[in-house]
Amino acid sequence: MKEMSRIVKIVTNFIYGFIIIFGFYIIAHGHLTPGGGFQGGAVVASAFAMLLISYGQLKAKKFLNINIFSLLESCGLTMFIVVAFLGLGTTFFYNFLANSGSWFGNMVIPGINPGDMNTAGVLPLMNIAVGLEVFAGLGIIVLLMADGAEYTKKKENAENDR
Amino acid sequence: MIGNFPYITVIIYIGCGIYILMFQKNLIKLAIGINLIENGINLFLITLGFKKGAVAPIYTQAPSGQSMVLPTPQALTLTSIVIGIATTALILSMAMMIYKHYGSIEVNEVRRLRG
Amino acid sequence: MNLLNHTPILILALPLLAAFLIPIIGKINKKATGIFATLVLGLSLILTIILAVKILSVGPQIYVFGAKSPLLTLPSSLKFPIRIMFQVDAMGIFMGLITALVSFLGAIYSLAFIDKKDGLDSYYSLLLLLTVSMFGMEFTGDLFNFFVFLEIASMASVSLICYRGTDLGEPVEAGFKYMVVSSIAALMVLFAIGIFYGEYDVLNIAAIASVIKYSQLDKIALGILVSVLAMKAGAVPMHMWTPDAYSEAPAPITMILVAASQASLYAIFRVVFSLYNITLNTLAVGWIIIIFGLLSMFIGVTMAIIQKDIKRLMAYHAISQTGYMLLGVGVGLAVLANPTALQRYGITAMEGGIFHIMNHAMYKGLLFLTAGALFFRTGTRDLNKMGGLAHYMKYTTIFFIIGAAAIAGLPPFNGFASKLLIYESVYKFNPLLSIIAMVVSILTLASFVKVFHSAFLGPKLPQFIEVKEVPRSMVFAMAVLSFIIIFFGLFPDLIVKNLVHPAVMSLIEQFKYTSTVLGGM
Repeated sequence: MKEMSRIVKIVTNFIYGFIIIFGFYIIAHGHLTPGGGFQGGAVVASAFAMLLISYGQLKAKKFLNINIFSLLESCGLTMFIVVAFLGLGTTFFYNFLANSGSWFGNMVIPGINPGDMNTAGVLPLMNIAVGLEVFAGLGIIVLLMADGAEYTKKKENAENDR
Repeated sequence: MIGNFPYITVIIYIGCGIYILMFQKNLIKLAIGINLIENGINLFLITLGFKKGAVAPIYTQAPSGQSMVLPTPQALTLTSIVIGIATTALILSMAMMIYKHYGSIEVNEVRRLRG
Repeated sequence: MNLLNHTPILILALPLLAAFLIPIIGKINKKATGIFATLVLGLSLILTIILAVKILSVGPQIYVFGAKSPLLTLPSSLKFPIRIMFQVDAMGIFMGLITALVSFLGAIYSLAFIDKKDGLDSYYSLLLLLTVSMFGMEFTGDLFNFFVFLEIASMASVSLICYRGTDLGEPVEAGFKYMVVSSIAALMVLFAIGIFYGEYDVLNIAAIASVIKYSQLDKIALGILVSVLAMKAGAVPMHMWTPDAYSEAPAPITMILVAASQASLYAIFRVVFSLYNITLNTLAVGWIIIIFGLLSMFIGVTMAIIQKDIKRLMAYHAISQTGYMLLGVGVGLAVLANPTALQRYGITAMEGGIFHIMNHAMYKGLLFLTAGALFFRTGTRDLNKMGGLAHYMKYTTIFFIIGAAAIAGLPPFNGFASKLLIYESVYKFNPLLSIIAMVVSILTLASFVKVFHSAFLGPKLPQFIEVKEVPRSMVFAMAVLSFIIIFFGLFPDLIVKNLVHPAVMSLIEQFKYTSTVLGGM
């Protein structure tokens, strides 16, 4: 796909950082406000899609590397399952950090409250793991589809030239 | 009667989706049809949890003294949306591969497996 | 911490962890991914056998996620369980044993069969995910959990069907058809689950079974669930995806896909017997399942005789054998309200149908693996081009003879045992059904004689002069299946008394499923 005009590239350079930060904000506050792992991951992946569209596929391949995304995706998935295994002292997926005083372990006040980020135990960790996996996974999907489109366009152009 | 309006919308969505799947011949249009059925079912799940005059089920800085809608169908709908994204990505990738091999995405022309 | 208490979840969680670790291992060494996957599936098989021994001696096991002990289902004096739980009874562990064995042998066969170099880590990762989803469908006690595992199974199997799609176009077309069918099936299952949630406000199978009232909405949900799950299992008239998907997938994946279709069949039985327990009109629903079975048997085998592609022929036979299972269990369902008829032939019919599930997985798996061996050495699946291969591939010929004799129902192989149970009991219900079943069996034998003659017999052909026997891991997988077929054929009484009869009783005693969870309500 061709790259877009200069105005689009300047605005993209300015704004993609803010989109990624906003996405991580949604991932991190998943246990208090609407959002969580998948929603935040999708927002971060949309920043990568914006980079891909505004710079074109050939230039974007230089700074969006598929192998790093694949490694991040596997790390996110493994972190999710390992955190689930750590609760195996009682049952699988047991929330062993909630109400315990350590990491993310403050007591939760039942009912309507202004929201304390340090609560809810295992949930923020799993949100981060899922968010990592989702943005890496959606990034890989978008990059591979762009690759496929490029390949078919080259084949069509080669046939039209013949 | 006016309270049944979301359910009528669900039936219209699913009906349009099934009509597209039965009568359209382009592979991308089939993907759109599946997406329409999916949206109809997500709308159905969210409508099941509705209570009159209630707010969203979030405890952080919620207005006091009001009931909340049921939160369980919202979790079911979220899972269904995630599955829908994976399904759409897979179907569109397969449509791209069929175009790469055969040069066309009309169902009549790419069909090789018969009998 | 007694690790044996956690067996129901370890059977799923260990392959899941391995599936997520395989891309990382694949960046270091490609061949290690296959061996790692095989070891993890072997460990899963051992754990399944341990869990089966525990269930058959003690009783159904419950495993609750995220609670203070594995058996706590009702948290702090609530009336209905609100946690996700696994409820494994004798029928669930019967299907679990089939899944574990088939996946392990499929992974061993894949070590030699898959010779593409670049997509190998995603192949084993998807194979482990498919296994996890099949275990999840068979062990779960929660309706929405079943939907999630059904979707994981359909996506993993579609990706595996398209595995050869980078070079050819036909696997992608088969995968596309299967994805559209699976997608509609899963969305309609979600619609029925939404109907149940809107009426009763619970999602747990045992909890719904205790409060179900069989209103008009429940009848709609029953119709949707039975027809859509029969579509996923490959029953006629919804069988159109089966020949394409089974023939274009790699051979070990076809074997696992057969087990995945049988997991949907298990879901039909669970819905009809345990979910709608005594409120159902068993005669009407039983006859509907019997009609599905008859159509599948007959149309499957008549379409199979005329095929030229060996795997497509075997796929039509898979449809036909699914008809036998539906016929046996349908007869058992139809007489469920009638205690004398149930004792005389109903239980035997259900035993025949459910024993046929395991036998079918074994001999159909063996036949697909031999077809894969033929494709691996000759490069073609067309019966007109093959010939005289018995001179070169002796082991494959013997395994094919065992598989073909088992599917036709010849003694002393296991097909004979389950088919005899079905024939005798269905005859007492209605003689015409039994006669149709026997005619279908004769046509099955005819089509496999055709395959044997055109692929293996005949003079040595010049284009196959370098064909050798297949590698050792493939021969090992086929040999294990042949041994199980012969063992089940010689001692069927042992298997029926210890494995099949508890499974049938756990379906027939409908209140046992509810009372295990809710404690005698």
